[in-house]
Amino acid sequence: MTALVLLEFDDSGIKQPSRSAVAAATALGDVHALVAGVNLSAASAAAAKLPGVSKVLVAESAALDHAMAEQTAALLVALAPAYSHILAATTAVGKNVLPRAAALLDVQPISDIAAVIDADTFVRPIYAGNGMATVKSSDSKKVITVRAASFDPVAAEGGSASVETVTPGDMPAISKFVSAELSKSERPELTAARIVISGGRGMQNGNNFSLLDPIADKLGAAVGASRAAVDAGFVPNEFQVGQTGKIVAPELYIAVGISGAIQHLAGMKDSKVIVAINKDEEAPIFQVADYGLVADLFTALPELAAELERS
Amino acid sequence: MKILVPVKRVVDYNVKVRVKTDGSGIETAGVKMSMNPFDEIAVEEAVRLKEKGVATEIVAISMGVAQCAETIRTALAMGADRGILVETDVELQPLAVAKLLKAIADAEQPGMIILGKQAIDDDMSATGQMLAALLGWSQGTFASKLAVEGETLVVTREVDGGLETVELKLPSIVTTDLRLNEPRYASLPNIMKARKKPIDNKKPADYGVDPAPRLTTIKVEEPPKRKAGVKVGSVAELVSKLKTEAKVI
Repeated sequence: MTALVLLEFDDSGIKQPSRSAVAAATALGDVHALVAGVNLSAASAAAAKLPGVSKVLVAESAALDHAMAEQTAALLVALAPAYSHILAATTAVGKNVLPRAAALLDVQPISDIAAVIDADTFVRPIYAGNGMATVKSSDSKKVITVRAASFDPVAAEGGSASVETVTPGDMPAISKFVSAELSKSERPELTAARIVISGGRGMQNGNNFSLLDPIADKLGAAVGASRAAVDAGFVPNEFQVGQTGKIVAPELYIAVGISGAIQHLAGMKDSKVIVAINKDEEAPIFQVADYGLVADLFTALPELAAELERS
Repeated sequence: MKILVPVKRVVDYNVKVRVKTDGSGIETAGVKMSMNPFDEIAVEEAVRLKEKGVATEIVAISMGVAQCAETIRTALAMGADRGILVETDVELQPLAVAKLLKAIADAEQPGMIILGKQAIDDDMSATGQMLAALLGWSQGTFASKLAVEGETLVVTREVDGGLETVELKLPSIVTTDLRLNEPRYASLPNIMKARKKPIDNKKPADYGVDPAPRLTTIKVEEPPKRKAGVKVGSVAELVSKLKTEAKVI
């Protein structure tokens, strides 16, 4: 049995969620990795160093740049005969591409797995993580997205895979990348950060999110938000942690002015240590917090910044 | 152009769901059901396109038990023109739904199909992408903005690091993200009017689709529960505990 993992990468190497997908794949057998796009020499070298990967497939084509779903799914389908399992991380790319490939293969995808039981059987969250379903697939091939927060990523270095070029066939010409408007931030990505500090509706407006900045800077933390804060227009959607946003499981999660709706808890309750700061002592967030501070965030946040500065 | 909007009947998002004691699934008996919230956004977007003169007709489709007709009525009250109910007691998974929708699209010839990006019950986030694949259409998933420009659909997508804009050749599949729009509430007159709008009753066999699930649920368990921890009295105490007790900073 050989599994193929679609990798995402940037200038700094293979992205952490993809390294978690590799970790999940190693539980299934031999692992090959796929990098697709343009200017792939750095990405293929980085992929070849991932422990557990025995072969890297490199598909260089302008049509595959930006991981467009129509084209990337066609590539996966072309490569699929050699593989028992096709995996990617549950990211915007993985969610966009893998179900499309699965349908072309007449396979029901298995979305967002949190554990591998055996080659056919997986555990995945349903109802915003309020149930953990063990599901068994009867498809001969499995197409899987992997919940990165549930698998420790493989290291970025240590492996030595062979590298093979694959020639992409005809690509559907029905979609075109136009532009990306990515938030520029010196901070770590939400799904890869060791510490996350998130604001909720209690922040009252977008400007007040700047109160989180000195704390995030000091701790090297990523900044997130609840759906309520996104819905209210305080911050862009890419900040959203929760059932319909990003799933995170950092060492430390600090929830500020967040009541703790089920859909938010779904995105962060696997964090190792949870801190809640909220002025409402009845807020449900306190039921999952290791450390709760009942306080007005507008006094607590500057104090916290000062306290961290002092120590 | 004609727009199809599939709508799913799910446990209302405000309901605190419980795992059945026998571990066979989630308790849905006697629980309030509603339209999947992302599908409301899909209906709203279709109605806005009709108000702008881009769409000419909106067909709302739901699949599952007979009560899914109520979910279609909600879409009709929001502004959809007619409905199609594909009735079955079989548990429908995204692949089967996508095959049924493909058969309906082949018959209806829409210019666009707008779906929610994810259903809040199975959290699969797959049906739209799978339908696009089966039809060989372009897909604009997780859309926060869309504009029809002649034969082209320009979609702004919510991606992990921000926003991405793609140009799609119509016909296309769109899946909705939160910020695409704010769905309207149906007015009482429109709810009354919706009662007179037609709903076609169909079965999976009418489309020659075998809806049998490919995934078998072996069991459903409660996730591990977190215990509430301690309340701290001050910011200084919090920082000290994070340093010396939790050792995370």
